[in-house]
Amino acid sequence: MSAPAIRLKQVVKTFGPITAVDGLDLEVPTGICLGLLGPNGAGKSTTMRLLTGQAIADSGSIDVLGHSLPSDGKRARAEMGVVPQLDNLDVDVTVEENLAVFARLYRVADVPDAVDRALELARLTDRRRDRVDELSGGMRRRLLLARGLVHEPRLVLLDEPTVGLDPQIRTQLWSLIDELRGQGVTILMSTHYIEEAERLADEVAVMTAGSIIARGRPADLVLEHAGRETAEIYAAPAALAEHRERAEAAGLRVRPAGPAIAVMGAERATDGLIPESAVRRAASLEDVFVLLTGEEAE
Amino acid sequence: MSEAEQTAVAEPQRIHVRRLDPAAIGAVMSREVANFKTFWKGTTFSSVLEPIVYLLAFGLGLGATIVGDVGGVPYVQFVGTGMVATAVIFSSVLPAMFGTFVKHHFQRTYDAILATPVDVEELVTAEMLWIGLRAGFYGSAPLLVTIGFGLDPAWGMLLVPVFAFVTACGFAAFGITVAASAEKIDQFNYVTTLAVTPLFLVAGTFFPIDGLPEGLQTLANLNPLYHLVELVRGGAFGFETVDIFHFGFLLVMALGMWRLAISRMQKRLID
Ligand SMILES: Nc1ncnc2c1ncn2[C@@H]1O[C@H](COP(=O)(O)OP(=O)(O)OP(=O)(O)O)[C@@H](O)[C@H]1O
Ligand SMILES: [Mg+2]
Repeated sequence: MSAPAIRLKQVVKTFGPITAVDGLDLEVPTGICLGLLGPNGAGKSTTMRLLTGQAIADSGSIDVLGHSLPSDGKRARAEMGVVPQLDNLDVDVTVEENLAVFARLYRVADVPDAVDRALELARLTDRRRDRVDELSGGMRRRLLLARGLVHEPRLVLLDEPTVGLDPQIRTQLWSLIDELRGQGVTILMSTHYIEEAERLADEVAVMTAGSIIARGRPADLVLEHAGRETAEIYAAPAALAEHRERAEAAGLRVRPAGPAIAVMGAERATDGLIPESAVRRAASLEDVFVLLTGEEAE
Repeated sequence: MSEAEQTAVAEPQRIHVRRLDPAAIGAVMSREVANFKTFWKGTTFSSVLEPIVYLLAFGLGLGATIVGDVGGVPYVQFVGTGMVATAVIFSSVLPAMFGTFVKHHFQRTYDAILATPVDVEELVTAEMLWIGLRAGFYGSAPLLVTIGFGLDPAWGMLLVPVFAFVTACGFAAFGITVAASAEKIDQFNYVTTLAVTPLFLVAGTFFPIDGLPEGLQTLANLNPLYHLVELVRGGAFGFETVDIFHFGFLLVMALGMWRLAISRMQKRLID
């Protein structure tokens, strides 16, 4: 077993009274895409900032690509690419200048070559001389991604890469991220979109209140926490409460699902426990997420 | 996992990273240059026009009607040489304060840069040097304009951009320090009113400070702009030994402000 690309041990990070990261243990093996799935405020971005040395842990140890942080943070950053949650491109300058500046920041030897490659990756070669504020939203996000890859890093941190984007742009980015996976780049991707994690992550770590509460391959997590089948029961509130009580009494896990309740492990339910009118479907990562974090999924 | 991949991870790549890496500083400055290319025309225009307006108003207006010579120097040349200081402070403190604040809070530029192998020390140094260079260059414009108003060129003037650069570095670092300490952008008004305005008025640009009451004269001696004005006039009319002290003052100020800016920004940018 080779050394993991990322290893956090018992990491704690507080901001005044807030404990953003609370005894976090997390390993990301080389070559996989790990989805860090958690609700708002779970500590995902703080974890990313700890990995780039932009936040310093109160306690615990952090290693990135064999470099110990924060002392060796600069070396670690030289070998990783970061795509931030919020767009921070230079809007007044051209696409290619944005990339060239980052190629220099990363000390790339052949800057023009790196810029050409990144342009191709972002499919923006024909827009290279346009100012960033002339680009569409989707083009900007592709540029943001390509900027973090301009030095061909072997580890990439993606902090909610598609948050707030319309579905079409999201799909574009997903295929770019998928290409990266194909090249064997290690990816740590935070998200609170279940579908994103399902689509892209080899493994998922569910984070809430600053620590990981479940970790594994999506299918394994689903089987472990939600069973095979989920039944969604739609009824009046009083009836729902009754169904819920009976299901829980029978040892099944139940969660709210909008106007309905979802009963997990429905395949184990005894006859009559789940009404005929219920909608039965395969258990999903969403079931696991809501069950574990108590949050409604997006 | 293959053998090759294993070693790649076990033995981290030894990348050449050092403190205050010139490559990092150059890269951050290259970002400033790329942005500057989009607005250099306006900057150049106002840098040249402003001293012309001032010299017409003060030099010709005041000089022709109220003030004659100052210590044997025609008033227009007295003000024109002194205006280097005005140009330097306005082209360093203000861009440093506003630029730093905007790049940190609104554009999140520093977040992006600090995710690369660049640290706060290099970032602040690059920002300071860039503003220093720019203000050193544009701050010398009033001298050229004054030559147009009849000042005789002198070899010593070639050193004026250097004096302006060092002073501007100090003021840029001061502006960065202010931005790192401010919570809201309106707080800069206090700095402009309470620091920038008195500094440029009592620098010996418009009137010689030896006419001031003694208390104020002592205070003026602590004003970096006063030392800059003395140096510029040294360059134009002949240096004196005391100019070494003036230059030393500016150097010490720049170095002190540089370190202060780094430590304030470190606190601000790294959680
Ligand atoms: N610089 C800071 N100062 C104070 N509190 C902070 C700071 N950064 C993060 N926090 C707090 O730490 C907690 C975790 O925030 P973080 O941004 O890491 O969450 P997240 O999982 O990325 O959330 P989101 O999905 O909304 O991006 C939150 O309560 C947040 O308010
Ligand atoms: Mg976040």
